[in-house]
Amino acid sequence: MANKNIYEFDAKKLIASELPKYFPNFNYHNKLVVVDSDSDLEQIISENPWINTEKVVIKPDQLFGKRGKANLILLDATVDEMKEFCNKNLKRVCIISGIEGEINRLLVEPFVAHDKEYYISITTDRDMDYIHFSFEGGIFVEENWDKVSHIPIPTGTDIMTFDLENVMPDLGNLKDVLIPFIKGLYQVFIDQDFAFLEINPFAITDDKKIVPLDVKAKLDDTAAFLHLETWANPEKPFEFPGGFGQKLTPEEIMIRDLDEKTGASLKLRILNPNGHIWTMVAGGGASVIYTDTIADLGFGAELGNYGEYSGNPSREHTEIYAQTIIDLITSIPDSKDKYLIIGGGIANFTDVKATFTGIVTAIKNSVDKLKTAKVKIYVRRGGPNEKQGLELMRQVGEETGIPIEVYDRYTHMTRVVDLIKRAEESS
Amino acid sequence: MEDYDLFDRKTQAIIYGFQRNAIQRMLDFDFICKRDTPSVAAVINPTQTAAKAYHKVFLGSKEIVVPIYKTLKLATTYHPEADVVINFSSFRSAYPTSKEALETPTVRTVVIIAEGMPERYSRLLIKLAEESNKHIIGPATVGGIKAGAFKIGNTAGTIENIVLSKLYRPGSVGFVSKSGGLSNEMNFMISQTTDGINEGVAIGGDRFPGSKLIDHLRRYEANPKIKMLVALGEIGGIDEYAIVDALKNGTIKKPIVIWVAGTAARILPKGLQFGHAGAMAGSDRETAEAKNQALRDAGAIVPDSYEDLDKLIRKTFAKLKEEGIIEPIDEFEPPKIPLDFKDAVRLGLVRRPTDVVVSISDDRGDVPTFAGVGLDSIVRDNKSIGYVIGLLWFKRKLPDFAHQFIEMVIKLTADHGPAVSGAHNAIITARAGKDLMSSLASGILTIGPRFGGAISDAAKYIRQALQDKMNPPEFIAYMKDVAKINIPGIGHRIKSVQNPDVRVQLLKEFVFKNFEKHPHLDYALEVEKLTTSKRNNLILNVDGCIGITFLDLLENLNFTKEEIDDVIYSEALNGLFVLGRSIGMMGHFFDQKRQRAALFRQPWDEILFTD
Repeated sequence: MANKNIYEFDAKKLIASELPKYFPNFNYHNKLVVVDSDSDLEQIISENPWINTEKVVIKPDQLFGKRGKANLILLDATVDEMKEFCNKNLKRVCIISGIEGEINRLLVEPFVAHDKEYYISITTDRDMDYIHFSFEGGIFVEENWDKVSHIPIPTGTDIMTFDLENVMPDLGNLKDVLIPFIKGLYQVFIDQDFAFLEINPFAITDDKKIVPLDVKAKLDDTAAFLHLETWANPEKPFEFPGGFGQKLTPEEIMIRDLDEKTGASLKLRILNPNGHIWTMVAGGGASVIYTDTIADLGFGAELGNYGEYSGNPSREHTEIYAQTIIDLITSIPDSKDKYLIIGGGIANFTDVKATFTGIVTAIKNSVDKLKTAKVKIYVRRGGPNEKQGLELMRQVGEETGIPIEVYDRYTHMTRVVDLIKRAEESS
Repeated sequence: MEDYDLFDRKTQAIIYGFQRNAIQRMLDFDFICKRDTPSVAAVINPTQTAAKAYHKVFLGSKEIVVPIYKTLKLATTYHPEADVVINFSSFRSAYPTSKEALETPTVRTVVIIAEGMPERYSRLLIKLAEESNKHIIGPATVGGIKAGAFKIGNTAGTIENIVLSKLYRPGSVGFVSKSGGLSNEMNFMISQTTDGINEGVAIGGDRFPGSKLIDHLRRYEANPKIKMLVALGEIGGIDEYAIVDALKNGTIKKPIVIWVAGTAARILPKGLQFGHAGAMAGSDRETAEAKNQALRDAGAIVPDSYEDLDKLIRKTFAKLKEEGIIEPIDEFEPPKIPLDFKDAVRLGLVRRPTDVVVSISDDRGDVPTFAGVGLDSIVRDNKSIGYVIGLLWFKRKLPDFAHQFIEMVIKLTADHGPAVSGAHNAIITARAGKDLMSSLASGILTIGPRFGGAISDAAKYIRQALQDKMNPPEFIAYMKDVAKINIPGIGHRIKSVQNPDVRVQLLKEFVFKNFEKHPHLDYALEVEKLTTSKRNNLILNVDGCIGITFLDLLENLNFTKEEIDDVIYSEALNGLFVLGRSIGMMGHFFDQKRQRAALFRQPWDEILFTD
């Protein structure tokens, strides 16, 4: 639940459908099509005849910028050039900002000839929104950041009656087109609960039509319930894609699916499959602190995963979650000891005994693996039924011979990390 | 109450949303704090139909009521002293309800529990609160606690935890964090390293929380009872820089121990969303390291990692104590909350006799069972209604012939035309405009000694005759001279030896074919021979035949004498007639209703008037 990136295609479509309500002169061409690895190019061309009759632009739509600099944008292209570009680039593996990933989604739209590129973005803050505007848009906007005007718009402002002109730089003869465009865009931003919107650049054609060229946007996904007619339409909601090259492992996908099915929260990201320290921490806040402490005490490179379980998950779901982490920590045994932290703060109402019952079952089902991988378990937890829950952990250690150290609320929450450090140093 | 306080020992709240557990937990806290008044003044339950209802809660072992109003307006009108609204409404309605609360003059503080409020809504509420000089805690928070005075909703968990963390009396530490989940951990840790919490607030993990860390730290700074500050920040946003500024310009002078969580972001994949909506660094300034360093540089006490946080808190407090700044605390033993009955039962501490013993069915498991047989298997195995009656009435899994017999009886008794007492009454009642239940009951209430009752009585007397080994002539004499009634089940208005009742024939055929033994029927037929020799319509009638053959059924099912006594004593035979005939009486009711039949009135010419 937070601000979520959306595809450029979706951002442009949303603006295309909403902006004319406030800026009737928008007249956007609204010719956009996505080509992905499974697309039938000939069919796309026949369904979008403008590709044959107009020159087009092709670029990846995968949430990364500076596509021109990476030679991943083709301008003013004929249909044949477009086909060649698609065939050449789809499924191609690239490294973008140090992250390896596959190009698998291209956006095709009409090429719009222009001399000048303008910049506009809208950001949010606690008391204000900010409209950022510059006559020097395009790829050099960051270098020319001092030329960007930042116009604060206080929360709750009615932009339509607001004297925007007075606070904008001198727009010269573009005033009559830019002021209604910016006002309309801002109103769409508010209406649709954008959290961020950047059009860089946009062009103004000779007949004074505004054409967004590159668009980046984030939506506030907590507002989805207000937008069932547009981006959260239950029949075709916008996708919130992960970053370029982000691939989830089968375990991560399984936990994500489980998370979506329950009212509780189950999160898992694998950081280093060969790591020697793994965590299974209850609570979002506590999981951050455990991860911090592991990094702060110098074990960042050894950390196998980030994740948390919270919101009183059922015994069964806790067991599946625990089993997944146990399978991961034991999957690549080596000569060194491994450490599993079953940690957490003092719970409000999550029943420690109930959740630990699930974890204990997973441990009992994995005794041989845990021994082979030389896993040592450190437990620290408090909350309802803490005594019984912690006792279960002690017992399973005694019964199975797996080394399990158990600490209660009287031991500082992250002290187990320090204890692991000492164990590691003495071995 | 001073400006810097949001809550004191007199603070009363209005709870938006009928949160039974949260309300009881607040009152349990009130009890162990020895508050004079309950901290919950009223509850709002917008879905209730009544303008005002009452909710029973415990204050210690005493039961009190809390009014529940349909609207906030009613609650604030009748409880103008309640200046806190704790809003439990969902993310969908949290905005309009919080707005209404902030716009109410008597309300000073609004706590928003819901997670997932759209950011723009949060910002509009923040603006509204700023303009009206009011306070917001949340959204996405468990709330906060003023030790020894007032507890928001579910803050601080169970009462055991509250006692262990000494939250029932104020200490000297003001604490504020983003995370509500960790506030419990911190409350306890602070109780172990200092003289305890004075006030602890969790502002919630959203990008735009209704109040900021600095807002609460400023209140703590102004509060002379609070001697040191502890705060837990988080990666993302720049709110912690307001603390840096306050330290630099000297508006915060009390020692502050603070840690900004999220230092591990550097080793995690870029863009990974931590637990909270606000927890993502958008720029270098928003990283945990940058904020920790800036705070350290400004004079805050910042550990190198969370691992050392407890040690620094302990050290800082010890120093204040040494300096004589810490005032002694009036310690007291908090009263014990009486155990809830259901918890005491669970723990095996009390026992209570039950009121009712039930032996035929159980609906506590996944599938209801009838006499131990799961309803699912009854349906899957396509068992008949007769089989279900066998389970629920006689606690037996009946063999095929037995449940077929029962179903036959139900069919035979289902209806006997509109003129008989039951159907007639049902029709008249239906036409008087009454409902199904009244019309059916009216019909059923006619069943008795003269209508439908022959089944049970026939069974009773024939059984007695057999048991007493009377021969049929002796039995007929007994009925005439001792019982002094006509033999129940013998005689028909129209039917006769020459014009037999087809229903009786069918019953007899079934019994002869399917029952291994049928002594009662045999005996009754001997009696019939004698009675029909006197008058040809003194035949075994259908009611008598049902009652008598039912006794044979029980014999064939190996019911003992005592068990058969129980069946007759418990009126199971009447039950068969009531069940069967209800089908017909409902049919008559539906028939009249469909026709929209008008009120029935007996014509005068069918009545002979006399004095």
